Amino acid sequence: MSETSAWVILIAAIFTNNILLSNFLGMCSFLACSKQIATALGLGAAVIFVMTGTTILNYWIYHGLLVPLKIDHLQFIVFIAVIAAFVQFVEMFIERFSPPLYYALGIFLPLITVNCAILGASLFMVIRKYSFVQSVGFGLGAGLGWALAIVLIAGLQRKMLYSNVPWPFRGVAITMIITGLMAMAFMGFAGMVNIQ
Amino acid sequence: MVYVWAIVVFVGVLAGLSILLTVAERLLVDYGVCQVDINAGEKVLEVEGGQTLLNSLNSEKVFIPSACGGKVSCGFCKVTVLSGGGAILPTERAFVTRKEARAGVRLACQVKVREDMQIRIPEDLLNVKMFSATVKSALTLTHDIKEIRMALVEPAEISHRPGQYVQVQAPSSEGPVFRAYSVASPVYEPNVVDLVIRIIPGGIASTYLHSVAEGDPMIFTGPYGEFRLNEDPETEVICVGGGAGMAPMRNIIYSIYDRWPDRSCWLFFGCRTTVDIFYLKEYQELAAKHPNFHVVYALSDPLGPDEKWDGETGFIHLSVDKHLDPGVKRQAFLCGPPPMIDAVMGVLEAKGLRERDIFYDKF
Repeated sequence: MSETSAWVILIAAIFTNNILLSNFLGMCSFLACSKQIATALGLGAAVIFVMTGTTILNYWIYHGLLVPLKIDHLQFIVFIAVIAAFVQFVEMFIERFSPPLYYALGIFLPLITVNCAILGASLFMVIRKYSFVQSVGFGLGAGLGWALAIVLIAGLQRKMLYSNVPWPFRGVAITMIITGLMAMAFMGFAGMVNIQ
Repeated sequence: MVYVWAIVVFVGVLAGLSILLTVAERLLVDYGVCQVDINAGEKVLEVEGGQTLLNSLNSEKVFIPSACGGKVSCGFCKVTVLSGGGAILPTERAFVTRKEARAGVRLACQVKVREDMQIRIPEDLLNVKMFSATVKSALTLTHDIKEIRMALVEPAEISHRPGQYVQVQAPSSEGPVFRAYSVASPVYEPNVVDLVIRIIPGGIASTYLHSVAEGDPMIFTGPYGEFRLNEDPETEVICVGGGAGMAPMRNIIYSIYDRWPDRSCWLFFGCRTTVDIFYLKEYQELAAKHPNFHVVYALSDPLGPDEKWDGETGFIHLSVDKHLDPGVKRQAFLCGPPPMIDAVMGVLEAKGLRERDIFYDKF
């Protein structure tokens, strides 16, 4: 078990080890839902919630049931079931309390189920042997990092509306390019902390 | 042992999650019974919350027109929501103008009933009923147009205004769909509804309606529509139609001559070629009985080598322009393809008709 404090892990998960910009997980909904800042914020909030929640639940299940009973080879299938149920819950919650956001997110809300960043966060938690508090920090940080990246890209996409992008680069191409530039910018944080 | 534990834990986790979700569903998705107040207390419905407004109203026998059945592709199911509908959704923006949105206009298929609501719908819609009928006859009028006569079963009579339409249910691979067709039979024949249907290649309802035979059961809702005939017998009535746009005109004309035998009325009907002509003989017989009824059919395509035609040629708006004198008190009903309607509107406005005296249906 690493000795790094949960705060450091949280900060690192947002900046130096941003799950989207350094691990490139969760790209599909990131590319699809980064046109409007409001939608990006909504999806980002949903991902933060799901990622923190599932990391905590999966920590309990993994260390409370799977490891003691020596059945940790079930981790993928159990993690995925937990994530699916959690997303289902979030979907009901958003439909009830924010129908416009529900319709704006459309199919991408249920698709959080298979957002690889979510499963990725749970698996990193296992691989890096985090304690409970560290896992909470990591889950929250990874979610915040993902949300930060999508909101920043949505902001850039807005600017892009008024920019003269050469036509072969319009659409997804320029989004990929600015994502790459953003990832390089985030590499600037690299020396601060490191959680490997 | 490890296998047993594996199965027990996995099943246990799934069962736990299912229970949590079921509880959440009860708390979040169950809205209980909600009240829907229509037209300030005229009708108050108690409906199960959670469904769309369109489905709730339909199940309570308030039939809002909808051609697409809730797929947000027709925009027919507009209602005014005064309270309790939440904010307008991005899906509705394509059909609801800014001005309408400010007045609370929503698409009933997109609004979910989550709380008590107050809505406003046109008075006419409260009289809309669902009818069952059987096909009495299916007549081929031209190569692509059929006349279907339906005898009403339950309710046995329909009360409609000339020019209104019904929505006929047709089966499709994705469940029943409803399509709008004007009533072609006159209002004094309340036991039957005639439809004039042009077949559209690949069209769900028109293909189905072209295949029905005598005795087949049919279901439709109605009547709908804003066409409102001026009751003043001094007002001349102008009917302009093309293709299946004949249907409402037939209803209007026969209904007029049943009530006002001397009222002045013009029928302009645009066809491409002589094979597209139908009902002409019937109208000529009617014109022989009622001297103030004038019927003009015009062919827009050049005549073929073996076609015979002694009537008008050219687009129908040119005939309208030629026959009508300006400055007469008139009301007009137009039904046909959009370019035809636009051209005729221009001509009629130049003849001095006000916009509110022109009713049209573009399709």
